[in-house]
Amino acid sequence: MSRPVYIVDGARTPFLKARGKPGPFTPVDLAVQCGRPLLMRQPFAPEAIDLVVLGCVNVIQDEMNPARVAALRLGLGDETVAFTVQINCGSGMQSIDTAYRYIRDGSHQMILAGGAEALSHAPLVYRHEATEWFGDMARARSPVDKLQTLADLRPNFFSPVIGLERGLTDPITKLNMGQTAEVLAHRFNIDRATADAYAVESHKRLARAQESGALKTEVLPAFARSGEAYERDDGVRPDSSLEKLGKLKPVFEPPYGKVTAGNSSQITDGASWVLLASETAVEAHGLTPIARIVDSEWAALDPSIMGLGPVLASTPLAQRHDLGVTDIDLWELNEAFAAQVLSCLAAWQDDDFCREVLGYDAAFGRIDRDRLNVDGGAISLGHPVGTSGNRIVLHLANALKARNGRRGIATECIGGGLGGAMLLEAA
Amino acid sequence: MSDFLNTLTPDAGPDGASDVPRADGASAWRRSDAKGVVTLWLDCPDTGTNVISETVLRELDGLLDTLGGAKALVIRSAKRSGFAAGADIDGFADIGRDAALDLIRQGHAVLDRLAGLEVPTIAVIHGNTLGGGLELALACDRRIGIDGVKAGFPEVQLGLHPGLGGTFRLTRLIDPIEAMQAMLTGKSIHDRKVKKLGLVDALVPERHVDAAIEAAIRGDLPARETGLKAGAMRLSPARSLAATRMRQEAEKSAPRRHYPAPYALIDLWHDHGGDADAMQKAEIESFATLLESATAQALIRVFFLRRTLKSGASGASGIGHVHVIGAGAMGAEIAAWSALRGKRVTLEDVKLAPLGKAVKRAAKIYEKRHLSGIDARDALDRMMPDPDGLGRARADLVIEAAPERAELKEKIYSGLVNTMKPDAILATNTSSLRLETLFDAAPDPARFAGLHFFNPVSRMPLVELVSHEGVAAETLDRLAAFVGELDRLPVRVRDYPGFLVNRVLAPYMLEAMLMLDEGMDKERLDRAALAFGMPMGPVTLADQVGLDICLEVARSLGRGLDRPVADVPDWLARKVEDGETGRKAGKGLYDYDKEAPPETASGDDEDARIIDRLILPMCNAAVECLREGVVDDADRLDAAMIFGTGWAPFRGGPMHYARVRGDVPDTLRRLEEQHGPRFAPDPGWDRFA
Repeated sequence: MSRPVYIVDGARTPFLKARGKPGPFTPVDLAVQCGRPLLMRQPFAPEAIDLVVLGCVNVIQDEMNPARVAALRLGLGDETVAFTVQINCGSGMQSIDTAYRYIRDGSHQMILAGGAEALSHAPLVYRHEATEWFGDMARARSPVDKLQTLADLRPNFFSPVIGLERGLTDPITKLNMGQTAEVLAHRFNIDRATADAYAVESHKRLARAQESGALKTEVLPAFARSGEAYERDDGVRPDSSLEKLGKLKPVFEPPYGKVTAGNSSQITDGASWVLLASETAVEAHGLTPIARIVDSEWAALDPSIMGLGPVLASTPLAQRHDLGVTDIDLWELNEAFAAQVLSCLAAWQDDDFCREVLGYDAAFGRIDRDRLNVDGGAISLGHPVGTSGNRIVLHLANALKARNGRRGIATECIGGGLGGAMLLEAA
Repeated sequence: MSDFLNTLTPDAGPDGASDVPRADGASAWRRSDAKGVVTLWLDCPDTGTNVISETVLRELDGLLDTLGGAKALVIRSAKRSGFAAGADIDGFADIGRDAALDLIRQGHAVLDRLAGLEVPTIAVIHGNTLGGGLELALACDRRIGIDGVKAGFPEVQLGLHPGLGGTFRLTRLIDPIEAMQAMLTGKSIHDRKVKKLGLVDALVPERHVDAAIEAAIRGDLPARETGLKAGAMRLSPARSLAATRMRQEAEKSAPRRHYPAPYALIDLWHDHGGDADAMQKAEIESFATLLESATAQALIRVFFLRRTLKSGASGASGIGHVHVIGAGAMGAEIAAWSALRGKRVTLEDVKLAPLGKAVKRAAKIYEKRHLSGIDARDALDRMMPDPDGLGRARADLVIEAAPERAELKEKIYSGLVNTMKPDAILATNTSSLRLETLFDAAPDPARFAGLHFFNPVSRMPLVELVSHEGVAAETLDRLAAFVGELDRLPVRVRDYPGFLVNRVLAPYMLEAMLMLDEGMDKERLDRAALAFGMPMGPVTLADQVGLDICLEVARSLGRGLDRPVADVPDWLARKVEDGETGRKAGKGLYDYDKEAPPETASGDDEDARIIDRLILPMCNAAVECLREGVVDDADRLDAAMIFGTGWAPFRGGPMHYARVRGDVPDTLRRLEEQHGPRFAPDPGWDRFA
């Protein structure tokens, strides 16, 4: 039997731009920062939560199974099971999907599902040769052995590789994520100016949402030990313009590429939680659902065009529920790259693509920009990889409610050639 | 978690010791025999804390006769709280020199006997192992520490030095400079430092104690090494040099004329550091002499006063979650301290910046208190900045620490109606407003009271618990228990202008203002007060408190009291208007860019005329408070002044000082003739002093 699953609340930290050195919070610190007030505003005690699932890609050494560390630090008690899930950029949505399925199947009543990522804490990694040398040195017993090993030392052993850079490179195709966006831009004829214009609009929308108070219950301030209080996503540039973005050089494929730092998502730290509840829990605790999770889908494709993941994951949802392009009031399509988002839109408008790949008779249709990423996205607020999937579901639920929308889809592309999507209905 | 799982939680303490039978004929010792090893468990009856009393030592002496062919003797404690908190101070109160000498010599004889036993002797120490407790452990051959052990000699805080062999045994066992440092500061040494100094031969969790004891008996514990420095210190010239340095250092924090003990200890080591027998004899003599000194008598009284206040904090508060409104300095300190003591805390402020600063302040406090990384993290996790006031509805106690404006507080209180939990308590940290003007606005006056913390909360142990006519007794009892859970000392006071502590302290600063007005040099005033033994001169204190607050206190006392108080000079109000409000503004009575207030004073700075004018009005106000029933008795009043303001502890508080002096009412009358009616002796002098 399939039971209804509700999103009853959720909150996230401000997304904090990585500024070249470790930021003030670890992944679990971030999860605690937004988790504490989220739990404090519930009418039930934290013990009522059955399970904690957290998405996190770059787990740091001190926080193995960050879900469990976060649950204990949030005071959920020794007996609360907690596990971490990882599907790269989809991890924060995978946690919700896991929770959704447990509650739907009736084994759990209330689950805290989140995402946490501190990309600024991504480690510096020693080269493989250097690690081998350290091992040899440790094994060398006699002074002669030691001297011999010492002679093998090479200066470049100590120039570390930035772990994050490796993480953002596809291990199968060796393409950097930005390069996969270049591939799509080329395939769907996305030009630089259109990509830049999309990015400018992302900044304007986030700035507007921040000013209007639309994010007030969703983004909760975080407080660092240094005394700093972080109130807002700090990567936003309200004064962004085509002219300014036009000056930036392509970062991934210079000099002719179209993807720049300005029209890509930002590297940030941030965490987000969504609280899911069954009908029973909603009644028992007198909760007010924001939205109901109707369905979810994961899809896979060639890693070098991973940016089309949203198209492949969302379309089956539309097809299963017989929804046309106008039936979906709001979309949260994670802005990994402006060119990638625009390519997804283009694919849905492409007769051939929709026929050959999606099984439609003709194009799915044009998704109106007014329904898409209405309060900005990863280009303006950043993309803490394990968190973004969680944030877009949470924000979709809040945005549906704020705009009296009925239905919405949150979807993301996932490095490695995957896509995830979730269909919500306002409650 | 089920009870069964709880019992599996590692190393909660010496479990099962209470099943061990009492040793024959002993009240304070339990005894177990296993595999030829006799274990004596110290377990003083009817208390949670062991102290080394005459009975403990006498019974130990008897038990040493019954070891038979034991292959080893282990001494440990059956109390969870620790090994032993020190010697039995009560046994030393009010006894003459001869009786004291007898008592000490008997104690030495027992410990010497223990030290001289043929069989290996092993002390297992955990938790607080202080004073006489540590001396007992030092008389054993080897010591095994359990993780978390705190060892130290706090005697100096009572105006004494170790008297049960601690001086010669510790300086012989570990680096003598470290040993002297520990005894001179009275600070406890924690955990790994105890091992590093060589105070224990092994530091293990409870689960490895038996294995460590076996290793000690086999002789497998690593031998101690005596360092080069320790060797050199056996030579008199080296000690001379070190002792001179120690005396200079001691003079900075504890001048000899007020605090003789550190100097007696330094002399002891200087003269006899190379000869244990001579040092032991001298220790006994010196200890008996110190015990008779006025300083020790006053400080021992302070020790008892602390106990009296602490006993007012019994029971459980039922308060797990504290919500603090207002993240100013006081609110932030209260929040940080409550979280440190295990409470769940929400700290509310309308602005984010002070909440951020509060987190930083908390992190600093935890660092200063040497919290481990995870303990500091957990305390910070427990303290949640709460700009939306989510904690109001969850808290068992709401502490309002908002700016001192009645209308603001009333507005906050009205926002709490129908929001707070039904049995939750509201407390105000106000220092200058009367509760009688506030309690009507509280959601329920029966569950409303004053909880007046002192700044900085992390260092000042006192909390005034202020009642009013509408408060329920249960509210006060729960708040007193809460203060105890915070490891602070509650003193119950009545709603009165300035409550107790500020009412008594105010004349100290106000009189200083008048003396400045008369042209007296501010540094001379401060030095005279420091020389008297006050922790801070009145001018510096006024700057520290804030001249704006001083002005407000002066005015509210003027309005609220039916006795005359010092008039405030006009220039003070002008200074406040100009923004020169004291230390926080960088300029007040001192200009902190150019001047540094004196921090120490010498005997030359003593000045009876200044002291009489600064100190005696405090004594007079103290009598007024007793007469008005602001506080129960003179002991509690003295305790409140010492623990709330640092009032010269070796003088025992304003009432003790007045009694010892004897001439205070007469002197006040003379001052009245010279300076006006504010010095008129209170009508209560005959009754209360």
